[in-house]
Amino acid sequence: MILKNSQYLLSGERFTMCLGIPGRLVAWLDRDPLLARAEVEFAGVRRVCHLACVPEAEVGDYVLVHAGVAIRRVDSAGAERLIAEIDPVMRAEPREGDDAIR
Amino acid sequence: MQFVDEFRDQAAVIAAIQAIRLRASRRWTLMEVCGGQTHALLKSGIADELEDLIELLHGPGCPVCVTSTERIDAAIGLAQRPGVLLTAFGDMFRVPGSQMSLAGARSAGAAVRPVYSPLDALAWAQRNPRQEVVFFAVGFETTAPATALAVLQAERLGIKNFSVLAAHVCVQPAMEAILGAPDNRVQAFLAAGHVCAVVGYRQYAELAARYHTPIVVTGFEPYDLTIGLLACIEQLESGRCDVQNCYPRVVAEDGNPSALRIVSQVYETCDRDWRGFGLLRGGGLRIRPDYAEFDAERRFAMPAEKAEEPGRCRGGEVLSGRIKPTACAAFGIECTPDRPLGAPMVSSEGACAAYFHYRGLRLPHSAAPRQVQS
Repeated sequence: MILKNSQYLLSGERFTMCLGIPGRLVAWLDRDPLLARAEVEFAGVRRVCHLACVPEAEVGDYVLVHAGVAIRRVDSAGAERLIAEIDPVMRAEPREGDDAIR
Repeated sequence: MQFVDEFRDQAAVIAAIQAIRLRASRRWTLMEVCGGQTHALLKSGIADELEDLIELLHGPGCPVCVTSTERIDAAIGLAQRPGVLLTAFGDMFRVPGSQMSLAGARSAGAAVRPVYSPLDALAWAQRNPRQEVVFFAVGFETTAPATALAVLQAERLGIKNFSVLAAHVCVQPAMEAILGAPDNRVQAFLAAGHVCAVVGYRQYAELAARYHTPIVVTGFEPYDLTIGLLACIEQLESGRCDVQNCYPRVVAEDGNPSALRIVSQVYETCDRDWRGFGLLRGGGLRIRPDYAEFDAERRFAMPAEKAEEPGRCRGGEVLSGRIKPTACAAFGIECTPDRPLGAPMVSSEGACAAYFHYRGLRLPHSAAPRQVQS
């Protein structure tokens, strides 16, 4: 399903404007600051993407690709930080009278 | 971790929804700025699930939808010139201009081609040096790095037959216009995650404070969205109005400095006409004079035209959150994704298309009596 989704989303005919797809950097092809390109894997589908906006990315990193260009390196610590931050809110005890709301 | 499946986990989403139920003491009105989020909220069922506690107003974050009819006509005009190939994102193809859409122009013989990336358009130009290749650059700050990069690469590689018709829009002036409107109902914003991936969110602090409105940056997966909604509710219930980042795996406070450098090398801000908003100060990006040779507007000396917005489409009101798509009499009857009257029914980020696809079984309010009568 995800595989099919990636192929669908990567085709020109069906482009979602602000969609960014996270993919794993498999191999650098060119590290020139302007022409930087790398092979990026999206759930099994590999595609050459432009990496001029994420020159710091290394093989194995996830990058967020939009319109063929990686616009951010995905911060895995950031993902875990969010889960840690949100956890207390999720575990909040219902306040008095909340039962009435459901 | 692949940064997709983990954020679609049903149990986590349900837990977040329950947390919202516990926290909300009343019904709040929120706006998700980005059309991608509108679609995700409707498709996942989150919008329906929380309807009694959260009224969602759908924001203007659909670049295809806010692109003015004049810009579309200009692109069609270019495509009709002999020797020109107009390339654009597939989403733009069926958006009606004043006379026809790009797809219509293509069937009438104009050279138009959908591409996934502006860099693909550049590669096409490199392979076909006798063809003038123009890329129709529609998109928010998310997309601007890609089109700016195409210009910089064209310059570096000495590709002379490539240019860009800039129609980029910047989202913050639209958020400001919404909050500043006398009839504004938005109490908190879900900010567009992928716009913030590029530009960051530091600049929102002033806006949040001035209008006393929480702004929460979030992503596009169901978990991201519910967490974003929860953060909004938490702030509203406790009387805060902070800028909060619920998408830290992708968004940093200062955005992506490398991408911003590339964008500001090629583009400068300008005033731009938005469908539904009119002229927004600082609402767009245009190509700097240094890169004039890659600016389709300067290269082809295009006539300034003033086009009327399509009369029966209420897309402008939908885009500014004033009405829901179903309040439009044409919704689902005269106007469908196959025969759209306006852009919000065409685009994969348009609110009308989202309602049509994901709320198909509900009769539109204004349509119901008519169907009974007939």
